[in-house]
Amino acid sequence: MNIRYPIWNDQCSNIRFSIFRLFLVIIVFVIGTSFSIAQPIVKIGSKLFTESVILGDITSQIFEANGINTEYNEQLGGTRILWNALLAEEIDVYPDYTGTIIQEILQENEIDSFEELEFSLNNFGVGITKPLGFNNTYALGMNKEKAQELNLNSISDLRSVPELRYGFSNEFLDRNDGWKGLSEFYGIEAENVTGLDHDLAYRGLEVENIDVIDLYSTDAEIEYYDLKVLKDDQNFFPTYQAVLLYRLELEKTNPEAITLLGKLESAIPEQTMIAMNSAVKLDKRTDEEVASEFLKENLQLNSTIERNTLWDRLLVNTLGHLYLVGISLGLAILIAIPLGVTAAKIKAVEGSIIGFVGILQTIPSLALLVFMIPLLGIGSVPAMAALFLYSLLPIVRNTHSGIKGISEPVMESAYALGLPNAVILKKIELPLALPTILAGIKTSAVINVGTATLGALIGAGGYGQPILTGIRLDSTALILEGAIPAALLALLVQGFFDLIEKWATK
Amino acid sequence: MISAKNISKSYSSKDVLKNIDLNISAGNTVALIGPSGCGKSTLLRIIMGLIEADSGFILIDGETVSKENVLQVRQKIGYVIQKGGLFPHLTARENATLASEYLGWSTSKTEERLSELADLVQIDKNMLNRKPDDLSGGQAQRISLIRALMLDPKIILLDEPLGSIDPLVRHELQSDLKKIFHELQKTVLLVTHDLGEAAFLGNEIVLMKEGEIVQQGDIRQIISNPVNEFVEQFVSAQRSPLEGY
Repeated sequence: MNIRYPIWNDQCSNIRFSIFRLFLVIIVFVIGTSFSIAQPIVKIGSKLFTESVILGDITSQIFEANGINTEYNEQLGGTRILWNALLAEEIDVYPDYTGTIIQEILQENEIDSFEELEFSLNNFGVGITKPLGFNNTYALGMNKEKAQELNLNSISDLRSVPELRYGFSNEFLDRNDGWKGLSEFYGIEAENVTGLDHDLAYRGLEVENIDVIDLYSTDAEIEYYDLKVLKDDQNFFPTYQAVLLYRLELEKTNPEAITLLGKLESAIPEQTMIAMNSAVKLDKRTDEEVASEFLKENLQLNSTIERNTLWDRLLVNTLGHLYLVGISLGLAILIAIPLGVTAAKIKAVEGSIIGFVGILQTIPSLALLVFMIPLLGIGSVPAMAALFLYSLLPIVRNTHSGIKGISEPVMESAYALGLPNAVILKKIELPLALPTILAGIKTSAVINVGTATLGALIGAGGYGQPILTGIRLDSTALILEGAIPAALLALLVQGFFDLIEKWATK
Repeated sequence: MISAKNISKSYSSKDVLKNIDLNISAGNTVALIGPSGCGKSTLLRIIMGLIEADSGFILIDGETVSKENVLQVRQKIGYVIQKGGLFPHLTARENATLASEYLGWSTSKTEERLSELADLVQIDKNMLNRKPDDLSGGQAQRISLIRALMLDPKIILLDEPLGSIDPLVRHELQSDLKKIFHELQKTVLLVTHDLGEAAFLGNEIVLMKEGEIVQQGDIRQIISNPVNEFVEQFVSAQRSPLEGY
């Protein structure tokens, strides 16, 4: 029989107040921490690849050595993310390349001189240094033997061998000055094109999983793997002079910083850059070290670099990770349980609540992180927002089903006692649903710990940071430095909630 | 004490109750009986304010039950259901004292009442510390009865209270219930499908069929003067243990 218990009494209980208070504390905490981040310091960003990270380190160290406080968000993402972060004032300086700026950012073909480029950028409130001294153009490369075998010397030659397997970095694949434009310009028909991480591409070439990859002409690996660079015989690729982009406001707020950036102009010849890339990627030295050496040798500048031990890094990454997981999960619990209760109690919104959190869960985590950037910028706040949304579903669903699952006779007896709904919720429904709710929180927490590693992609720190750097440097040790603690933390969280569950169902 | 006036209720075009009128005077013990699906449990839930009738109204102790006073009305009524009605996460004591605690009774008043009721329903006070899972079916129903009587309600509603109890225990509980009803002199409305139980416990019987009251009165009157063939059949449908011999 279908029994409907009318919600006739709406006496307020004190749970609602205590939840409200907890909420306030968390909001104050979040706002507090974001203020502490907003000190007057120069924020530097870099792209995902080693050269960009080194240039960021050089910039950061030249500032620090001259008493300017910096915050360095390395490996923030691709061109779009860095550019948007600059416009959104999330960062103040980052390294880029003239060709990239013209083709990919401004998307203008009318720019013929550096002055015109500077003028266009100024319209966005962005300044540009003079070229740093080297041209890092795109190129296509392949194994020498394979090139010889097929008699390939230039990019035009690729037209005759459509069966070649191409493996390109994802950004190159989509860019106008990348594969999209190149294949059209040269009229290359390719059957087999895949996107992959640039640092992994060399590996793929070595084990002959792919035949042709994109190169940066200053990559240390070209020489190391003895690769054939295919000649851009029809001059498709523009020049990619390395420059630093900065927010024009810096000229007013921190003119000394601009002067220092000027010292880097024409200071890095191509061979020097290749050597630095090689030192990091092949000799496995740290970005900071290599940058510091460069400043010492070329600008007679002594920069101190912090030497973090494994334990220091582990501590920083653990705290960063716990920060992301703790706040996002805490907020999710505070929001999801009332949502689940509402869904269980009010038929009119049941479908929409369960449906909404379900849809959130279907968005790929990487995409959700990127969606957050225009709304919340980069760093830990957007990452936490994404993780928060992800954590909702298991808790909402379990709260809902936990309450719905209470047997009808029990609910009938509860209402028959003449208790208000709030008291029934607190004394009967929530305690009876507690094991199910806890199971939902456990699921959320474990997923959250894993997903939070992706936060590093938008500069949120945590265990994802060493994984990201490890992929860039092809360093298994670094990858494990993030992966093992992340796995351990997931197990720990699981064990912790198992204990709580045991205690709650005692 | 209890009046149902012109109560109708239907679920998706099936009429469960059709213009029911029922009056139960104070101190009376009435057994509501009828085949499954006749609407007797629905009527009980409507009286309790657990479901709303489509039309008609309920008077409890002279008061019309409305959204505003439904909680107060429920506190005036003790309610016992077939099984599973005890809250599994609470001890028997916590089950029994949930409402009194909400109303702010002192510990001494609560304990005094508990011990009085434990004596009345004849259950060992140690059982009060157990959770429902550790109680037998009969013990659980005695605890349910304590919970229903805790606030000393004027009215007790019982929905097949002994329905899932095995025969020996049921027999004992029936005797105890009769004693309790007699002792307390409450207004009692009991739903059962067992005519023997109805006759034993109730001093008046209300026989329902398909959402309507067919006959109402003393058991002897119903047996000797059935108003129609259905009543006659229903009365004679009781099997005696020796029937097969």
